Amino acid sequence: MADMAETTETGGRTEAHSAMASSIRLGFLLVGLAALAVAPAFLYPVFLMKLLCFALFACAFNLLIGYTGLLSFGHAAFFGGAAYFTAHAVKEWHWTPELGVLFGVFGAAVLGLVIGFFAIRRQGIYFAMITLALSQMFYFFCLQAEFTKGEDGIQGVPRGHLFGLVDLSVSTNMYYFTLAVFVIGLLIIWRFVNSPFGMILKSIRENEQRAVSLGYSVQYYKLGAFVMSAALAGLAGGVKALVFQFATLTDVTWQMSGEVILMTLLGGIGTLIGPVFGAGLVVTLQNYLATSDFPVTIVTGVVFMACVLLFRRGVVGEFYASRLGRRLGFEHRR
Amino acid sequence: MVLSARGLGMRFGDFNAVSNVDLDVHHARVHALIGPNGAGKTTVFNLLTKFLTPTSGTITLLGTDITGMAPDRVARMGLVRSFQISAVFPHLSVLDNVRVALQRPNGLATQFWRPLSALDRLNERADQLISAVGLSEARNVMAADLSYGRKRVLEIATTLALDPKVLLLDEPMAGMGGEDVAVVAGIIRNVARDRAVLMVEHNLKVVADICDHVTVLQRGEILAEGDYRTVSEDPRVRVAYMGTEEA
Ligand SMILES: Nc1ncnc2c1ncn2[C@@H]1O[C@H](COP(=O)(O)OP(=O)(O)OP(=O)(O)O)[C@@H](O)[C@H]1O
Ligand SMILES: [Mg+2]
Repeated sequence: MADMAETTETGGRTEAHSAMASSIRLGFLLVGLAALAVAPAFLYPVFLMKLLCFALFACAFNLLIGYTGLLSFGHAAFFGGAAYFTAHAVKEWHWTPELGVLFGVFGAAVLGLVIGFFAIRRQGIYFAMITLALSQMFYFFCLQAEFTKGEDGIQGVPRGHLFGLVDLSVSTNMYYFTLAVFVIGLLIIWRFVNSPFGMILKSIRENEQRAVSLGYSVQYYKLGAFVMSAALAGLAGGVKALVFQFATLTDVTWQMSGEVILMTLLGGIGTLIGPVFGAGLVVTLQNYLATSDFPVTIVTGVVFMACVLLFRRGVVGEFYASRLGRRLGFEHRR
Repeated sequence: MVLSARGLGMRFGDFNAVSNVDLDVHHARVHALIGPNGAGKTTVFNLLTKFLTPTSGTITLLGTDITGMAPDRVARMGLVRSFQISAVFPHLSVLDNVRVALQRPNGLATQFWRPLSALDRLNERADQLISAVGLSEARNVMAADLSYGRKRVLEIATTLALDPKVLLLDEPMAGMGGEDVAVVAGIIRNVARDRAVLMVEHNLKVVADICDHVTVLQRGEILAEGDYRTVSEDPRVRVAYMGTEEA
């Protein structure tokens, strides 16, 4: 281990460098967490909770595109679907909120398994089209089905008591519950990406043919990532249903699938925290525009175009790839 | 005989890239597949490893008919190939490249809940393989940053990590310097002691030195077969392969 700090034959990347990058990352993370912990004292909690839900949603989506290169255009089905499942379980079956959310996650995972099963054999635009088509089918199912209450959606969902103890109708309690779910979600993603399974996913993205020739059934690995991504999107959707106390068709529309792509692209594909920034940007923008006369879609469209032109790698990706980011030991390839 | 093909054929549209190829690959032998550019050598590899499905013919691996099998299953049965254009995982380190190959046979491929340090168990074996191809000091270098020749030997190391029964190497020495060629030739000779090797190679000196059996392919058909001496003295081979009677 004497060569730990020595420069490798490329001259650039050393272990000391990436150690620095990970401590910087950890520092940012702690600051971010601290900021989120005290945020409700300064900002409207519902806005913050919305932000956290969408940030988790975007991170879940990024798990798929960033680590397997699959662009899904149907993730609203998992997000909005889970919102319905959670809302139904909590309102009609009187389940506790944590069980309701888990039910949403489970439902989203099953949906992910079905949609993923059909889509995974295809690549690129075909994959995107199949996910879009199947999620649209799910949209029409939600429109017609009994339990989703059609155009009205499921309204008046009680937040209930967490583990039967903590009253989530108290806004701060709900906020910290949401924050905890968000942090757990990120930890799961982080573990998933940095696991033996994640290593195989990475190798498939790097060179699929080679992975096949080493005996890996790449479809199963991709399907695994798809289901995990769907389940985590469901986690975000389930919590969102509790936050807003309703589940409606809005969250299963194709526009919602598009929005999460936007968030992820803005923040930076393939970076762990990029999508959090992207989601923050989009949600904040929508919040401000909602009270102004500007048409929201046009402005987000313009911002999106500007960002794509200026920051091709997304905000965070662009930072990693910048001279400063590289000097600090971050790596970004794409 | 571990791998054999009978009447193998592949059509692309109305072009016969491979037709009626019979091939027998034996244990503990190095078998060369040679022929001019576009002869169909890589296509034969793709057919044998099931990256392409043959339009006609059958393939048998270790007594099992694999004609309809998926490529990853064929690999799991012990038929592992390398690619003509070097196939490494460019943004993984040398060590990780080899570990990825080791993960599946060691049951460490599907754990999504365990940390990456779970893979440290594979380091010992990985380091053996890495040192066998002389890459020890580049262990932590990213594959993309290796020289071309070193990428090729890394690919051989990852292939060997699977301990395959049959090794298919598509031009393993293309683009290498003289010294590296000798090293790789030694490695191939060595690994062929207890497994079968089928290799595509343009360097006839290497073929003469390390191959026990040679099959010459031309326009998708077998032109000649036998040991190097027999084949190299065949006038049809001289015309077809070297474009001249002498060489
Ligand atoms: N997927 C494909 N579709 C159509 N034609 C193909 C395809 N793959 C190969 N061919 C054609 O088949 C023929 C044989 O190609 P192949 O790559 O097998 O040759 P090769 O013997 O490996 O040549 P080289 O020495 O240049 O590697 C070529 O004429 C090639 O153009
Ligand atoms: Mg070839």
